[in-house]
Amino acid sequence: MIDFGYTITKDRQLDYDRGDMRYYRLVQSLEPSVDVCMECGSCTATCSAGQFTEFNIRKAHTLIRRGNTESIKAELRKCMFCGKCQLVCPRGVNLRNLILAMNRAIELLG
Amino acid sequence: MENSVIVIGGGISGMTAAGMLALQGLSVTLLEKEKETGGHLARWDRLFPDRRKASEVLDFAREGMKRVNLVTGVTVTDISRQGREFTVVINSPIPNPQSPTPDHETVLKARALLLATGFDLFEARKKEEYGYGIYNNVITSADLEDRFKLKKGILTSEGKIPARIGIVHCVGSRDEKVGNLYCSKVCCVTGVKQAIELKEMLPAAEVFNFYMDLRMFDRHFEELYYEAQQKWNVNFIRGRLSECAENPDGSIIVKTEDTLTGKPFKITVDLLVLLTGFVPAGSTGDIAGMLGLVTGTDGFINSADSHIMNNSTDIPGVFVAGAVKGPISIGEAIADARAAAIQLAIYLNSPTPADD
Repeated sequence: MIDFGYTITKDRQLDYDRGDMRYYRLVQSLEPSVDVCMECGSCTATCSAGQFTEFNIRKAHTLIRRGNTESIKAELRKCMFCGKCQLVCPRGVNLRNLILAMNRAIELLG
Repeated sequence: MENSVIVIGGGISGMTAAGMLALQGLSVTLLEKEKETGGHLARWDRLFPDRRKASEVLDFAREGMKRVNLVTGVTVTDISRQGREFTVVINSPIPNPQSPTPDHETVLKARALLLATGFDLFEARKKEEYGYGIYNNVITSADLEDRFKLKKGILTSEGKIPARIGIVHCVGSRDEKVGNLYCSKVCCVTGVKQAIELKEMLPAAEVFNFYMDLRMFDRHFEELYYEAQQKWNVNFIRGRLSECAENPDGSIIVKTEDTLTGKPFKITVDLLVLLTGFVPAGSTGDIAGMLGLVTGTDGFINSADSHIMNNSTDIPGVFVAGAVKGPISIGEAIADARAAAIQLAIYLNSPTPADD
């Protein structure tokens, strides 16, 4: 194809109607405590990986929750499983298992 | 005339205060513009946070009003003050056996007044971009309570069981575009309560609450939010709706920012519930004008002091209770009405100042 120097910008919109909820349903069944997350960001604030990279565990989980798993597949590998997030979570979410569950969902569903 | 009180407004605040004043031996007349007492509470099915029946609270308040002279279907057309005495002129456009003279003005006298004119619900049509009154499947939280009360089930305008329901917080509140900067306070917990009630009735439906903050300000409210997440799997999307549109099948396209991921968000719902907030009752402005009472820029009545004189006004003998001062829950309104009744009784029992 001839390159005319133009590109098409991809839509940034999260379209829930087209979201793939299979990942989140699996994550939910593997770690039900995820339901009570109130998106406070304590986990991300204390995250060792998040201090040096763009890794944002709260946002990554929210994107899966909205049916948009594609954008975070590579992200989840940045977690070092130190578990500090789990220590600070005010709602008692089992975050280490949540990250394992998210990885597992990606492994199983592609 | 001696130790007589006129309470204006027969919602839960006015009913509670009138009952308490009558129990203290005062001669109490309660004026209500509608045919029945009960105000907004009469329209509600169940109350947050424990979902007890609204009718039980109303029955309790009515039971307490046995010694109150109740006058319904009347409007106050004039109020004047002569020293420690008030003259209130009422008009009854509808023939009513309880009113003193149908189709005629009646003059009442009292030593003290209690204003409990409450609030009106925000007119959802003003947020035209949300489509209330334009799209059939956009309803208000009050419409939803009507449906709960009638127990006819929750269906879309096409008669289908909704698979997805959206609940929109802050409609008419925290919104300078409609002139209301204030928070209506009780919509957050009402939205969570209604989300749970919808999930109880329609377990297969997905429910989405669109919020900016979740202000779970009172005891058991945060736990209700927790229950909505944990037990009922209600989805909470943080972002204010920009607009809605209708699909040919009657479903509603909702657009917002998902501020938690920083992306524009789009979803189709079968039913959209708007949590309409409080605005000052139309009659509050009229009565404030007759008395020369000060209202805030929000239109609600300012009490003499927001902490220690919260049931008094700048006019001796004029007291206030409930949502006439701003958004308030049922439990708070009852407590406030009782406090107002005590303040008013103390005022009536105090010696007349020499300069008055």
